[in-house]
Amino acid sequence: MSTTAGPMARREAKLAYSMLLPTIFVVLAIVLLPLAATFWISVKPVTLNDLRAPEATAKARLRGSLEAAGDSAILEFRLRNTSQQKPVSDITFKATMPTGITITEVDPRCQYAAPDLSCDFDDFPAKFSERLKIPVTADASYIKNPVPLKSITPLMSGTSDNVLTNFSFTTSNFTKIFDSESFWHVLWVTMVYTFAGTIGALIMGLFAAQLLQREFKGRTVVRGLFLFPYVAPVIAMAFTWLVLFDPYSGVVNALLKQMGVVSESINFFGIRDTPIDLFGMEFQFPVALSMVIAFEIWRYFPLAFMFIMARMQSIPTDMYEAAEMDGASPLQQFWSLSLPQLAGILAVLFLLRFIWTFNKFDDIFLLTGGNAGTRTLTVDVYEQAFALSNLGAGSAVAVVIFVLLLIMSLLYFRSIPKEEGL
Amino acid sequence: MIKYLTPFYVMLTGGIWAVLSGISITVIIALLSGLPIRPTLSVFFITGIIGAIWIAIASRTGRDTRHKQISFVIHAVTLLLLSLFQPFNAPLSDGILWQLLGIAGFSWIQSTVMYNILATLDKDSINRRNLELSFISSMRHFGFLFFGVMILLPLYVLIMSSLKSQQELLMNPLNLMPDFGQSLPDLFRSYIELFTKFNFDTYLLNATIVSVTTVIITLLFAVPGAYAVSRLNFPGRVLLSRSILMIYLVPAIVLVIPLYAVFSQLGLRNSLTGLLLVYPATTLPVALYMLQGYFRGLPRELEEAGMMDGCSRIRVILTITLPLSLPALASVSLYVFMIAWNEFLFAFMFLDDPDMFTLSRGVVSLNSSEVPRQHLMAGAVIATAPILVIFLWAERFLVQGLTAGSVKG
Repeated sequence: MSTTAGPMARREAKLAYSMLLPTIFVVLAIVLLPLAATFWISVKPVTLNDLRAPEATAKARLRGSLEAAGDSAILEFRLRNTSQQKPVSDITFKATMPTGITITEVDPRCQYAAPDLSCDFDDFPAKFSERLKIPVTADASYIKNPVPLKSITPLMSGTSDNVLTNFSFTTSNFTKIFDSESFWHVLWVTMVYTFAGTIGALIMGLFAAQLLQREFKGRTVVRGLFLFPYVAPVIAMAFTWLVLFDPYSGVVNALLKQMGVVSESINFFGIRDTPIDLFGMEFQFPVALSMVIAFEIWRYFPLAFMFIMARMQSIPTDMYEAAEMDGASPLQQFWSLSLPQLAGILAVLFLLRFIWTFNKFDDIFLLTGGNAGTRTLTVDVYEQAFALSNLGAGSAVAVVIFVLLLIMSLLYFRSIPKEEGL
Repeated sequence: MIKYLTPFYVMLTGGIWAVLSGISITVIIALLSGLPIRPTLSVFFITGIIGAIWIAIASRTGRDTRHKQISFVIHAVTLLLLSLFQPFNAPLSDGILWQLLGIAGFSWIQSTVMYNILATLDKDSINRRNLELSFISSMRHFGFLFFGVMILLPLYVLIMSSLKSQQELLMNPLNLMPDFGQSLPDLFRSYIELFTKFNFDTYLLNATIVSVTTVIITLLFAVPGAYAVSRLNFPGRVLLSRSILMIYLVPAIVLVIPLYAVFSQLGLRNSLTGLLLVYPATTLPVALYMLQGYFRGLPRELEEAGMMDGCSRIRVILTITLPLSLPALASVSLYVFMIAWNEFLFAFMFLDDPDMFTLSRGVVSLNSSEVPRQHLMAGAVIATAPILVIFLWAERFLVQGLTAGSVKG
């Protein structure tokens, strides 16, 4: 094949690019730009309040009354800077007077070219407020057709320093999160959660796939039921678990008490850890964390199940027949035939699930809100950015997530077996 | 060796299974009847051992279905005698029908399982292979019980707790059965109130609009993209197809802060338009990935024949490739619909105005102390029901489509 592109090849490439363009554009706008912006925000001192840009506003009101032709009154504009912290500069103001209203005296900062009044103000400092008084008179045409003067809405514009776009940077977001002790705990919890959740889901998926490998009546229905935790909305499933394990009105606690396993209700999603005595060694068992891991396994084993099942159905049956002839026992067949055949898909699933579990936010957020020792990195992003209103620190955590993710993805592409797709 | 191990295996299997089925049946009866019952595990354990020994001995002359019936009677009688007619730690006269049902249920499970597991071990065939088969069979039965409980119990609790108030549940958490004696509007009060007082009609409509539109946009973008990646040659193809997967791995939480900031300033935050910008972007990579896997599997020759006949590339796609890909399109649509319908994070972050809520957002808004809890659960049922119906109806497509992308063969 020649390396120089002929006209055919060029046309094909052009077609390909035009077909991909919409996708690339959308992904660029909604994924890659925000990703870059996360890095940007992570080095800036931005809080939730900074999102409302400072604005100059004006509100009209009439002092006196205009009831007959020739009456005069004061039209008053209350000028304000909405921000408590930041000044607004280079403010322009423009208002149009209704027919029949004449301004009799013009403020030095303004020009009056009937019917428009336009003004230029220099600066409104933070919390600034001023009353701009304008004496007006009304003539007969206004009295005939009066318009309430307080309905005048002036057009105002001004520039203010937007912390999102200016060039002041800080490293305090990163030093803050790395210095806090909770961050390392959060990292540890994330790793435990991700690892246990992934392994658990894979083992359960493997088990479930073994169950449904053989044909039997009603297999499709059972398979549908097995997939239920995965397809149902996370909110529904999370609240179901909360109700199921409720310390006061939950079924599980009531059963445990009735069966005599425990004497007091356990607040499964509320307690951090409980001492457990195992062969004379006491250790702290993390209750809430185990529960969210159990939820994660329960919710995502169907995915592993689905992929493993599909792979198992493609293993040629004559391999088993040959093994049977050679006298291999069923467990030996599973161990030395099925498992090696499944190794590829298990590896892929492990890495994919590892990354997805690592990325998971909804489940823990809904179950515990990240309390009781279950805060993972993703929940920490929310906590920092929205609960503590520090968007900069939240973004810094998000950057940490992304960097860790990048490392894992590179690992994924390195180790993915060639025959398993891509 | 195997010969001497077998009796222990038989007894242990019988005992452990009896404990398992004893607990399961007690839980079921307790949930259905609300009776304060509790199994005496030691009694169940010994009953199981006796039953297992009997079936193992009886099967020495070969499998016989009559053994199952005899085994049933043996289990029931042994259980009653050993427990002094109180297998559930309650006087037998309390809800006697329920308790008898429990004993019958236990005996039925135990005799069936033991027959399936142990009757294969007749005298001449005790060897490693058959022992393993028996053990695997035991694990299979356990698996079905385990997964059955794990999936059906939450489903049952989800539905029942939407029909019953928390006060009633506080009185007896095990009595999940709603009062079926009341009139239908009373029974389904929380559902009716959600639609009449809590705007769930709007939420349902919003969720449908958002999900369907997301599916349409995603397909419109992903079909040409996937075709280009899988069929056309162009510089940067490999890089692009890998980047697609990389982007699929970027978590939503990393994007949410800048999107929140920008959408706030553009006024897109409280609008379905905002969601419709974000959802297709998050579903596009996976849709593209699934579709290109499918396109790759289609025979090239068909398209080449079309090209030979003078069709343009676009025409070939429309008249040959797409009709052949209907199953894949169906599964991608289903999957994307599911993602959009279930999406929580962006809906939660972006929507504050109740007129714009999707179902996910609407259900979360019910999670407050001012709203009765059965409303929350009814909301959860409303959010789950459509997706479950669609899914059970088209499950085959989803499974095929999801797995086709990455699994060959």
